[in-house]
Amino acid sequence: MTEAVRFHFSVDGDDFSSAGQASVQVKKSLRQLGISPETIRRVSVAMYEGEINMVIHAGGGYADVLVFEDHIEIQLVDQGPGIADIELAMQEGFSTAPDNIRSLGFGAGMGLPNMKRYTDSMEIESKLGEGTKITMRVNL
Amino acid sequence: MNAYEHSVSLEFERCTGCTTCLKHCPTEAIRIHNGRAEINPHRCIDCGVCIRICPHQAKKATCSKLDAVMKYKWKVALPAPALYGQFEGLDDIDYVLQGLLDIGFDDVVEVAQAAELVSAYTRLYLKNESVTKPIISSACPVVLRLISLRYPTLKDHIMQLLPPVEIAAKMAREKTKREHPELSDEDICICFISPCPAKVSYIKNGFGSYQSQVDEVVSVSDVYFSLLNVMKRGKAPAPISRSGMVGISWATSGGEASAIFNDKYLAADGIENVNRVLDQLENGNISSLEFIELNACPGGCVGGVMAMENPFVAKARLQTLRRYLPVSQTYLDKKQQKEYIPEGFFFEEFPTYRPIQRLSENFGESLRMMAQIQALREQLPGIDCGACGAPSCRAFAEDVVRGNASRDGCIVERARQRTEQEEQHDSQ
Repeated sequence: MTEAVRFHFSVDGDDFSSAGQASVQVKKSLRQLGISPETIRRVSVAMYEGEINMVIHAGGGYADVLVFEDHIEIQLVDQGPGIADIELAMQEGFSTAPDNIRSLGFGAGMGLPNMKRYTDSMEIESKLGEGTKITMRVNL
Repeated sequence: MNAYEHSVSLEFERCTGCTTCLKHCPTEAIRIHNGRAEINPHRCIDCGVCIRICPHQAKKATCSKLDAVMKYKWKVALPAPALYGQFEGLDDIDYVLQGLLDIGFDDVVEVAQAAELVSAYTRLYLKNESVTKPIISSACPVVLRLISLRYPTLKDHIMQLLPPVEIAAKMAREKTKREHPELSDEDICICFISPCPAKVSYIKNGFGSYQSQVDEVVSVSDVYFSLLNVMKRGKAPAPISRSGMVGISWATSGGEASAIFNDKYLAADGIENVNRVLDQLENGNISSLEFIELNACPGGCVGGVMAMENPFVAKARLQTLRRYLPVSQTYLDKKQQKEYIPEGFFFEEFPTYRPIQRLSENFGESLRMMAQIQALREQLPGIDCGACGAPSCRAFAEDVVRGNASRDGCIVERARQRTEQEEQHDSQ
């Protein structure tokens, strides 16, 4: 089996205006691989939501997209505050985003639920005070 | 599939092989090869950026010449509203329309008039619950081609109404046949006066299964000088114009969108901004909007490369021209508003998605090539100088892996190697 191709992105936590850049980049690369438009859309939406989350809540982090022959894996790793109650965080409409972020139209509490909806599987590992790692899988 | 006919092309002798167009092409369609620019027809979207940017005027838009149009027996001019913004001191559109008759056209149907009808039907279209919102305007042919090449998931958002020029062409043909039943199809020339090279391509190639009703396209700049001669005469023009504020505003960015008569719209112009909006829309992050107007040219259609005047000056003139005009001179009566849009206003299908960026038909092979591209990128200097003929080191790496460029094309790397050799030589 061919080794996975990895796309690595550093998500800058200081600059909110640049949030969403990685998902645009990954879209371009996935197009070159000839992945179907619908799959690209799922990956890029999941990526986008994850990126926004990392910028809003965790001061940035890393995003890796690994393309295997039969699936795509998205890894989002940050060293933010961690998620206190994952089950609660997964509920639609639940958000801890600050008001200034909400005024931009973010913080609707749909980030994590959308990431789950657009992927085939999602795992969250989180430790308070240490950070969060989210692994998502989209089958090809 | 037949080859797509482009209107944007290179004037070989004028090209110096400088890297200006290379750097600005939004789809990376240009490479410099043997000292001249080459345009990849599969990637080109006829946006005209290279024409606008070339310091040597080596890029051109091909369309029909006015003389050729004049050979037909019955010529109907379809002036784009952008034409009205080209003339200094113009205070009445009828001077331009009379001018078109004076230079030899037999009749005039304003695209601005058709645009008002399209606006009226757009408002009806938006009331239809089954359409996918936000609706993306179908007026800019560059945007349509960009979506078909790059944003296939957004195709359901595109408004299925024909653009104003097509409606104007239908109106013109019906009117001609009604008033002059003696004329045969070959006698009639429906001629669009266009600021836009992409409209030329769109009209030549059709759109999906739709074939354009326009017979010839001439540029605004071609007609401009002929019009200047006849418009000087100062005789009172015949009252021909049927355009209001709405129709004329279609020439500039935001004009079409504001005619939906509510505030749930966005209007973006300039190809980079268009890409940004489409990327964000694809991520599902533009909600609560009903309508998106996108124009590839800065400022809207007045910014087209086949226009004469600076788009911002043209825009200012249009503001003056439309000041005392009614909001719209074409609107639907009560009965038409209750009925839905007539069949003739729709196009049937959207062109199929063509994954031009795909590295290989075979997915495993694509993965392998992508890994090679990444490895090669690591070795390249990363300064995107363009001297190899590709717009960036990444594009060069892709070209090499695709077999379209030679690995030793990087002159920065060659210079570095030579310096190292010389240093080695010196130390021995």
